[in-house]
Amino acid sequence: MAEKEVLLKVDNITKRFGGIVAVDHVSCTVRKGEVVSIIGPNGAGKTTVFNMLTGVYEVDEGEIIFNGNPIHNKDPKEIVAAGISRTFQNIRLFSDLRVIENVLIGAHIKTKYNFFQSVFRTKKFREEEDKKTAEAIQLLKSIGLDYRRDDYASNLPYGEQRKLEITRAIATGAQLILLDEPAAGMNPQESAELMEFINKLKDQGYTILMIEHDMSVVMNVSDRIYVIDHGKPIAEGLPEEIANNPKVIEAYLGGVQNDAEDQ
Amino acid sequence: MNFVHTMETFVEGKKKILLILLAVFLIALPYMLNSQYLVTVAVKIGSYTLLALGLNVLTGYTGLVSLGHAGFVAIGAYTSSLCAVKLGMNFFASMILGMVVAGLAGVLLGLPTMRVTGTYLSIITLGFGEIIKMIAMNWSSVTNGTLGVKNIPRPSIFGYDLTIANNGLYYLMLVLVLITTLFCIAVVKSKTGRAFQAIRADELASTMMGINITSYKILSFVISACICALGGALYASLIGYIDPNTFNFDVSTLILSIVILGGMGTIRGMFVGAAILIAFPEVSRFLMEYRFVLYGVILVLMMRFRPQGIMGWKSTMPYRLSKNVKEQVEKMDKNAPLNLLNETKG
Ligand SMILES: Nc1ncnc2c1ncn2[C@@H]1O[C@H](COP(=O)(O)OP(=O)(O)OP(=O)(O)O)[C@@H](O)[C@H]1O
Ligand SMILES: [Mg+2]
Repeated sequence: MAEKEVLLKVDNITKRFGGIVAVDHVSCTVRKGEVVSIIGPNGAGKTTVFNMLTGVYEVDEGEIIFNGNPIHNKDPKEIVAAGISRTFQNIRLFSDLRVIENVLIGAHIKTKYNFFQSVFRTKKFREEEDKKTAEAIQLLKSIGLDYRRDDYASNLPYGEQRKLEITRAIATGAQLILLDEPAAGMNPQESAELMEFINKLKDQGYTILMIEHDMSVVMNVSDRIYVIDHGKPIAEGLPEEIANNPKVIEAYLGGVQNDAEDQ
Repeated sequence: MNFVHTMETFVEGKKKILLILLAVFLIALPYMLNSQYLVTVAVKIGSYTLLALGLNVLTGYTGLVSLGHAGFVAIGAYTSSLCAVKLGMNFFASMILGMVVAGLAGVLLGLPTMRVTGTYLSIITLGFGEIIKMIAMNWSSVTNGTLGVKNIPRPSIFGYDLTIANNGLYYLMLVLVLITTLFCIAVVKSKTGRAFQAIRADELASTMMGINITSYKILSFVISACICALGGALYASLIGYIDPNTFNFDVSTLILSIVILGGMGTIRGMFVGAAILIAFPEVSRFLMEYRFVLYGVILVLMMRFRPQGIMGWKSTMPYRLSKNVKEQVEKMDKNAPLNLLNETKG
């Protein structure tokens, strides 16, 4: 099988907060159309990696290459425009706005009319607004949220709020979607639907980098997995390799395994 | 909630007829009032509606609280009055000039939003209001200092003076309020308005959607400033005399009170808020001394029992789709490909 083109190349990025090294020389490569997961115990530095990828934090060392261009330390909005979009671990929706408005805000940079065209309600404005609205509804339908279209985001149950965040991220037109614990707070049926949706995105050419604690989701959808612990990369490989990697088991089970050995 | 839904359904169903009735009522109002004093009050309510609509763009939709909007009102009022009095310029030309000057001041005041937010920004706006007052007071060669600008002419169209007596000023107010309202609706229901509201809700998430926070905040300041300058120009020609104290801190708080009472981030609320807070002191002249105490009481009660404002409910009506979109939705298949990717797929 021919190797697919590299979309994202993270090379030895490091982030320090005062004394602590939250991310310590982490590297990873994501190819077009792959679903790659980052796992690791709490506080391992996973979200910090996402924050560097999206320009929320500057990198202290290392570089991030997306589509052949360096994007580290760029402005977040330039990074979105380049094609990386994300969801947040602690949901950050525009909660007093409607579901469809959230998705339309996701489509902000792709909504191509200027201020004066909107004030005078020109043909260009109406066409563009109609097009983006229809796309938003199509997107909501395919993720199974359309029946909530007119609701306010804050009224959705937790699982649906997560779905809406993913929808909003896709609406930006980004080709690389970063999901920070998408299955957190979902019931088994919802996470099954999520897996189905992730596979559907993959089929349609999206590339996904995901942080997730739910191992059934990780093992089911990932092409490859990176494991970090205390900011350091400790393993990478195919799902089955990771599942049987002693270092990973130790990082996750830590003292528990030692206790078992002691007995 | 249920009551709101019933009412909204009713209004939505009878929208056309209700709008016609409202228009007839507003057009006939001066004849029904049949009193110059009451018509003056009506124009004053209209002027404050404009000011509230202006502040609402910034505070209600973008979430930036300004305590110095009297500054923009002053810029509009002074620029237009001085152009009319000293240069003999036409009301409309001088009003537009006032809006341009206020818009530029809006850019200046918007710049600090790059670094400061929340309370700190409000304090800067407070300072701005005071600075404008100081300029009006001390730049005597232009503004006449504490003496103020007297004999501000009434607006005129083709040599026909618009006054309170001939109701011209009232109808001018109606037209300006109508245009401003339509403008605000157009802004709110577009990507600009959505960006404003996104910034209000969550700045980090907005940045992650690619929204240029700084430029939208500045845009919000500019729009807000222009509308307030328009209101200021109208107000100056209504009262005929302005001095630096016409636009003191009380005016800034009054505008903010209207926005809060009416319902931040709603357009309908501005009319109700202005009508209540402007008409109230007029009908309660005997309460003159205690007026501001009463304002305070009203606002505290509002904050306690209805923080979203009198008209501040969330619409229960479905999101409006155009006919074109509705037709497309009918035909949609939930399994259709998304086709949203920016770049061509690799
Ligand atoms: N802004 C910050 N300032 C200081 N320390 C930070 C900051 N952000 C993260 N950290 C620290 O960096 C470390 C890694 O945090 P991070 O949120 O990346 O972990 P995580 O792997 O996402 O954990 P979790 O699974 O709990 O989400 C933690 O020790 C955290 O306290
Ligand atoms: Mg995290």
